[in-house]
Amino acid sequence: MADVKVEAKDFNLFYGDFQALKHINFKAEEHTITAFIGPSGCGKSTLLRSFNRMNDLIDGVRTTGTTLVNGISVYDKAVNVDELRKQVGMVFQKPNPFPKSIFENVAYGLRVNGVRDKHLIEERVVTSIQQAALWDEVKDKLKKSANALSGGQQQRLCIARALAIEPSVILMDEPASALDPISTAKIEELIYELKQRYTIIIVTHNMQQAARVSDYTAFFYLGELIEHDETKTIFTNPKSLQTQNYITGRFG
Amino acid sequence: MTIRKLSEKLAVGVLFSSSTVTTLAVLFIIFFLFRSGIGLFNDSSVEPHYTLVVHKNNPIDHLTSQALMAIFDGHTTNWSEVGGKDLPIELVTIDEIASQYDEAALGESLEGVPACVEDYMAHNEQAIGFFDATFVPADFSGKHLVLPKISLADFFLGRSWYPTAVPAAQFGVLPLVMGTLWVTFLAILIALPIGLIAAIYLSEIADERMRKVLKPVIELLAGIPSVVYGFFGLVVLVPFIQRLFGLPVGETALAGSLILAIMALPTIITIAEDAIRSTPVSLKEASLALGATHWQSIRLVILPYARSGIMAAFILGIGRAIGETMAVLMVTGNAAVMPSTFLEPVRTIPATIAAELGEAPFGGTHFKALFTLGIILFVITFLINTAVELIKPKKP
Amino acid sequence: MSKRNFRLSKRSSQWLAFSLFRLVSFSIVGVLFVILGFIIVRGASAISWEFLTGMPKNGMTEGGIFPAIVGTLCLVAGSIVFAFPIGVLSGIYMNEYLKENWFKKTIRSMTNNLAGVPSIVFGLFGMALFVHSLDFGDSILAGSLTLGLMVLPIIIRTTEEALKSVDDSLRLASYALGATKLQTIRKVVLPIAYPNILTGLILSVSRVSGETAPILFTVAAYFLPRLPNSIFDQVMALPYHLYVLTTSGTNIEASRPMAYGTALVLIIIVLLVNLLANAVRKYFTNKLS
Ligand SMILES: Nc1ncnc2c1ncn2[C@@H]1O[C@H](COP(=O)(O)OP(=O)(O)O)[C@@H](O)[C@H]1O
Ligand SMILES: [Mg+2]
Repeated sequence: MADVKVEAKDFNLFYGDFQALKHINFKAEEHTITAFIGPSGCGKSTLLRSFNRMNDLIDGVRTTGTTLVNGISVYDKAVNVDELRKQVGMVFQKPNPFPKSIFENVAYGLRVNGVRDKHLIEERVVTSIQQAALWDEVKDKLKKSANALSGGQQQRLCIARALAIEPSVILMDEPASALDPISTAKIEELIYELKQRYTIIIVTHNMQQAARVSDYTAFFYLGELIEHDETKTIFTNPKSLQTQNYITGRFG
Repeated sequence: MTIRKLSEKLAVGVLFSSSTVTTLAVLFIIFFLFRSGIGLFNDSSVEPHYTLVVHKNNPIDHLTSQALMAIFDGHTTNWSEVGGKDLPIELVTIDEIASQYDEAALGESLEGVPACVEDYMAHNEQAIGFFDATFVPADFSGKHLVLPKISLADFFLGRSWYPTAVPAAQFGVLPLVMGTLWVTFLAILIALPIGLIAAIYLSEIADERMRKVLKPVIELLAGIPSVVYGFFGLVVLVPFIQRLFGLPVGETALAGSLILAIMALPTIITIAEDAIRSTPVSLKEASLALGATHWQSIRLVILPYARSGIMAAFILGIGRAIGETMAVLMVTGNAAVMPSTFLEPVRTIPATIAAELGEAPFGGTHFKALFTLGIILFVITFLINTAVELIKPKKP
Repeated sequence: MSKRNFRLSKRSSQWLAFSLFRLVSFSIVGVLFVILGFIIVRGASAISWEFLTGMPKNGMTEGGIFPAIVGTLCLVAGSIVFAFPIGVLSGIYMNEYLKENWFKKTIRSMTNNLAGVPSIVFGLFGMALFVHSLDFGDSILAGSLTLGLMVLPIIIRTTEEALKSVDDSLRLASYALGATKLQTIRKVVLPIAYPNILTGLILSVSRVSGETAPILFTVAAYFLPRLPNSIFDQVMALPYHLYVLTTSGTNIEASRPMAYGTALVLIIIVLLVNLLANAVRKYFTNKLS
């Protein structure tokens, strides 16, 4: 059995009095892609953000149980959040490049993590942009503002930015939902490539997308993890009726 | 039906007229400031109804206000110093005439004075006379000096402000402008970092409880009248500064700057806080997700994003400080000299207007000069507001 | 993957920065407390019934500040009577009638400009226009108009903000029922915006009661131990009285207690007004939710 990279054990999360996640037990192994699906508001983003503690930004969030990344308990008091987040790349729904140059966007994560060596930074920026399949489009304008790129390019830049700090896990929250079909196809292709090196969890609203790119699929409903299995199984032979209804488009 | 339409039209007319009031007010302010101030540059700096006379052989035709001051103050004692003959200068006023001639010559109701003036001036080539115009005879044998006019250069570049000096008032605003700039500059230097820090703290770091303490505090600071700040400065800060630095007087530029810094804080904090809050959360999240600490995210992402708003806070803070009157008037000591250290008294433009307008005769040269100061202030704040409107990020 | 990486590493730079920020921010609270505390402690002993209701006596070293209180009340009333209707009407026109075009931009930027004009320039202007050109003389009328112009931008802005926060769907609902624009504004929009407009009014009162520079040459009297009879009378006013007591009284040392008392009265006005504004805000937000 391969390494378990991302895990949740009886994890509960509350926004004030509202329980957004209920007794989540979940595992993702190294070099796999897991898709989170489920109707909107069911807690997919919340769980995703519990793996790198982005929920800390919200007042009144409370958790019980644990989430683990690389075997380390994320909510442990002794955990240094910045170090944790360095090991977990995140890509958001809407492309959110910094209003800086393309180069500086990708170099940012290195700089804030104390990398000073110019050559190293340059090298990593270039490889990250290459890995994100963006190199040919931007190699002549690395010093130009990232805001000048198209939406799809911006999203791939954000992926490159996440890759530059060499995380082992990448979390993607509906990374293609704001993009046109061609950009979406590019991103999907890219995600598939990245699987070679990373463990990826991707939230998506798009069933075809989940079916196309993921190895495993987890279906959530009202804060609960209803079913988690190989994507093939989920899409051909779901155990739960709720899953079946959702996949066939009867609700959601 | 028509009545309803008509009343509706009427109401809209009233609304429209009300909305034009601020625009009219600004135009009126411009008009009245200029109307009251602009005559300054046609005026003579010599008191009205007075005249300056010299002997007919004196080659001098006119003297500048500064040269006149120097003669009257005894700094210039020889005609050669102002381009004339090598003769000592003798200053003659009505007092000298009165002491040189007896009562019979002067006459019971001073009707003999013109003759005495004629006599004295004709016999003294070194003399310069400064008389009420009625004391100089119509057929005076000597020369009337051309009275110096106040020029733009005298006004804007002049280094002395003696609006009631005899014989020629000095309206050099440079010391006042410099005084204003010094006090404002130091105040902003103090208030900007503190205000920015407080704004960052309020918008990024403080929890709800802390904010609930700080917000009202800042509102109160903004609400305290400037005269109360001035009073506090005068009874607490001024003696403190005097003792701390062992000064003869504690009313100094430093005292003004400190009080102004406190007064400018609410403006700076409020605007900078708004600017910082306007940074999209998604950028902050992106930064944190890359392993940056909160502090790094603030420095590297949030502050750069908010910089035009922070710039606006800075400029408006300056505007607030430049125009502040009462507090500064009460703590800076009001000496109209070119500032050379923060530990001496200075005088700002607003303080000058407040202190002197009450004593300036209506419509006189001094009065006009004070309105011209008002124009300077107005133009500065107008420019500041325009600048802020240009740099402020457009709200979507 | 080493476990060590996850353990607390030094985030001392952040800790240091944030501690400093907290310290600086709370020193601002300290400054306010020092100013308020000082004036409250020193001023409290000066305040008495006689002080609040008596005339100044003995070269303003004894007696009370009653005429200054009355004067300030007159100026507050006068300026609000002038500025409040115009400000609210103007705010309504700006938000409900004007589209985003050059005219609105001009008005808005002129309003901003007026808000930025230094108070002493208002004083100059008031003197030139109201005192001399319109020949009102040094009078409550001239002072109130000057102060009114000064707070006009505050009232316009708060009104505009208040109206902006009213949900557009309510307007549409009212139109759908056949109401005219004016009826909609009067019956639907204004009642909702009212509390916020009121806060703007309250803040203007605070501003007017504390300003000195605009009244220096338009109304304020150095010493006038009687009450005004008409709007063409001069009056004493609290802020100017404090200035006089502090800098140009006949016996500055002897009138210090009077000065502390006057400063305290001014502070109390500011505190009350702020409390009132917050109470109004809270009362109405509770009522709405
Ligand atoms: N900041 C928040 N405060 C309170 N409730 C929230 C917050 N964010 C999300 N929620 C609630 O938590 C639930 C799950 O939200 P989310 O994880 O964003 O769902 P999903 O990503 O599956 O659409 C929703 O009911 C949502 O309303
Ligand atoms: Mg979501």
